[in-house]
Amino acid sequence: MTNSPFTPGIVPGRLHPEAYEANFADLHEPLDSHEALVAADRCYFCHDAPCITACPTEIEIPLFIRQIATGTPEAAARTIFQQNILGGMCARVCPTETLCEEACVREIAEGKPVLIGQLQRYATDTLMAAGVHPFTRAAPTGKSVAVVGAGPAGLACAHRLAMHGHEVTIYDARPKGGGLNEYGIAAYKTVENFAEAELDWLMKIGGITLETGKALGVDMTLDSLKAEFDAVFLGMGLAGVNALRADGEDKAGVMDAVGFISDLRQAGDLSALPVGRNVVVIGGGMTAIDAAVQSKLLGAETVTILYRRGRDAMPASRYEQDLAASKGVRIVFNAMPVAVLGNGAVTGVRAEYTRAEGKSLIGTGETFDLPADQVLKAIGQTLDGTPDGLSLSDGKIAVTGAGRTGVAGVWAGGDCASGGEDLTVTAVAEGRDAAEDIHKALVG
Amino acid sequence: MADLSTNFLGIKSPNPFWLASAPPTDKEYNVVRAFKAGWGGVVWKTLGEDPHVVNVNGPRYGAIYGADRRLLGLNNIELITDRPLEVNLREIKAVKRAWPDRAMIVSLMVPCEEAAWKRILPLVEDTGADGIELNFGCPHGMSERGMGSAVGQVPEYIEMVARWCKANTRMPVIVKLTPNITDIRYPARAAKAGGADAVSLINTISSITSVNLDTMSPEPSIDGKGSHGGYCGPAVKPIALNMVAEIARDPETAGLPISGIGGVTTWRDAAEFLALGCGTVQVCTAAMTYGFKVVEEMKSGLSQWMDEKGHRSIDEVVGRAVPNVTDWQYLNLNYVTKARIDQDACIKCGRCYAACEDTSHQAISMSEDRVFEVIDEECVACNLCVNVCPVENCITMEVLEPGTIDTRTGKVVEPDYANWTTHPNNPGACAAE
Repeated sequence: MTNSPFTPGIVPGRLHPEAYEANFADLHEPLDSHEALVAADRCYFCHDAPCITACPTEIEIPLFIRQIATGTPEAAARTIFQQNILGGMCARVCPTETLCEEACVREIAEGKPVLIGQLQRYATDTLMAAGVHPFTRAAPTGKSVAVVGAGPAGLACAHRLAMHGHEVTIYDARPKGGGLNEYGIAAYKTVENFAEAELDWLMKIGGITLETGKALGVDMTLDSLKAEFDAVFLGMGLAGVNALRADGEDKAGVMDAVGFISDLRQAGDLSALPVGRNVVVIGGGMTAIDAAVQSKLLGAETVTILYRRGRDAMPASRYEQDLAASKGVRIVFNAMPVAVLGNGAVTGVRAEYTRAEGKSLIGTGETFDLPADQVLKAIGQTLDGTPDGLSLSDGKIAVTGAGRTGVAGVWAGGDCASGGEDLTVTAVAEGRDAAEDIHKALVG
Repeated sequence: MADLSTNFLGIKSPNPFWLASAPPTDKEYNVVRAFKAGWGGVVWKTLGEDPHVVNVNGPRYGAIYGADRRLLGLNNIELITDRPLEVNLREIKAVKRAWPDRAMIVSLMVPCEEAAWKRILPLVEDTGADGIELNFGCPHGMSERGMGSAVGQVPEYIEMVARWCKANTRMPVIVKLTPNITDIRYPARAAKAGGADAVSLINTISSITSVNLDTMSPEPSIDGKGSHGGYCGPAVKPIALNMVAEIARDPETAGLPISGIGGVTTWRDAAEFLALGCGTVQVCTAAMTYGFKVVEEMKSGLSQWMDEKGHRSIDEVVGRAVPNVTDWQYLNLNYVTKARIDQDACIKCGRCYAACEDTSHQAISMSEDRVFEVIDEECVACNLCVNVCPVENCITMEVLEPGTIDTRTGKVVEPDYANWTTHPNNPGACAAE
């Protein structure tokens, strides 16, 4: 170990080699079978359960929990996968504290919801560990569908289409499938290459061909896809990144948080991954939290999140905020960057406090400087180019109903489509529902 | 502070908590530990004739669990003591001498011949034990040999053996009854007729706790086979309470001292047995599950409750609930209640709705925003919603005052007591005087 948290600049190996494994271990140890039984027993099996309503994929949560409680986690997993084929990943990354667990009546009663997310992981892990794929394909329909993007939306759509007997080809611009499951999301939420394992497992349904390194607009066009396939689903996510619009954004050491996370997720050796001594993350969503926490876990001495609004407005949940705080990340609310300081390489960030005036946010005039070797921008992603003929809504592909675009035969879902909450689970729901709509359209 | 000491058939103990005849009372070592822990008395595990019996060498117990592996019911196929008679007698004598203030009852089971009882009774008497309990209850193993519940299921045998014992010992005689019968009053009456000083109940209930779905063997499994065992623990308490009450309110046995047994796990269980007429209670499963220290909670809880209620002694508690146990036909049909849901306490789980809508009287409505309300016009006051609600006191039963209208029947609630015996729908109704 030649470097330490106090080494200036952006350098690798700030920690003892063994520290990385501990820092990036599973955020929640999986429940063992007895813990799962105890947790499952707390479910009241509510009538028309609020947790189901709160789940974007509408998983029959009380049913799967009862199946766990009665010793059949495999049946529980089938219940989950029927609604959400990426139930394994969602069990790890869903902000359950703002979805099913927030709606749990025991959260209302005692402030302690049933551990729905962890129970879902217990069930799905059990079935996946057995190498079982719970679905079989319907007889071939002779129809083919192109899916653009192998992220949660595209995979959910492709799986459901394959199940109905259609031939599916997925195109993804990256070298690997999985989308943000593979390239985004904090490493400690998806340990042991889970995204890749889940993708392999999902493909066992058969009838799906994955072509990586193929980008829409580069290797094919929407028109060529429409000509070759009976239907097209667009689920390529948001590949563009918003600019900071602060002076000095071009200085060395300023980078996109999504790129930082992607590098981290693909790194074979975390100790070889460089990180700043003083890291400033700008933004307030999950990407900001994931980038900040992981910077700290890589050995940064200080990590500060700058968020321009107050705590309540922060898109990242209170649970995520507290997680960041527990790892030593400082969150500064109501402050926005006005300049990146430094001569060539970044040395600091000048920030200004803000206050809301009506709907807009204005600087108070009071500024402060934070030392920084590295600045990570996590201020939202954008659609990278619009395929011909598609109309946009708020910068995303406009869709109605189950992901129908304005163009016949073309559907869209996930982060690239309008509506939704930019969550994995929402993307899965949109992909699945679009697949059902496509199926209906194809077989009449 | 309440006085917990008891005097049962002249047998004194510092508290009403006795350990039942069972594995915890099989040896001096265990019993001394129990007395050190504070138990008021023990019924020494059943002695038999030499050569002593043998037990299976595989598992003897099977269990039923609630949440978090909380043991709710226990089943055993263990027999009476498997140690030589002389060893047990020597240890009983030593323990009684060392612990004179504790109740020492000896459970007995020998063949249904007067000579056998005549042989063993003086030996027990010589130990200085305070009394004997006749084990007419064990439903497994010994019953195949004409003992245990095989005797307890035939009132004539109960009366006969009780009489032999009374004739051949000065010790008080307690007859332990089996619940594996159709009407508990018959064996109790027989015990009384035979001169028994008291009855104790219930012994264990014939049971198979579970079937191993891999091997298709009942549990506990001995080399792939299982035999019915005796069921005990918290699950059997309601059955025991009813049988105790039946004896306590039967004119033929009313006043016969009862030692209550069956799922006593907490002070509250014990208080309920006392209220239904038991002078002492006997505990086994709770001790086997949690160890002897549980008696501390039983004593402190009973004492606190008695203080709160102003009961100074155990005698003031015994039998207090017996007058309130009656036949269905005497229940007041003019007592009308309606379910009431406390909206502030409601957590909106909807279990009351599912229960009522699917399985009962469609008397709870559910709104779009999950507000659950009772429909008085449909509510028959069955109490199922109260029972399935996970929140204590969220749903309660409100009594309709006389003079108000029950919107279900459209009738005014009458102030007077009226039961089935005088109801016009009863073909055998007798006119009210």
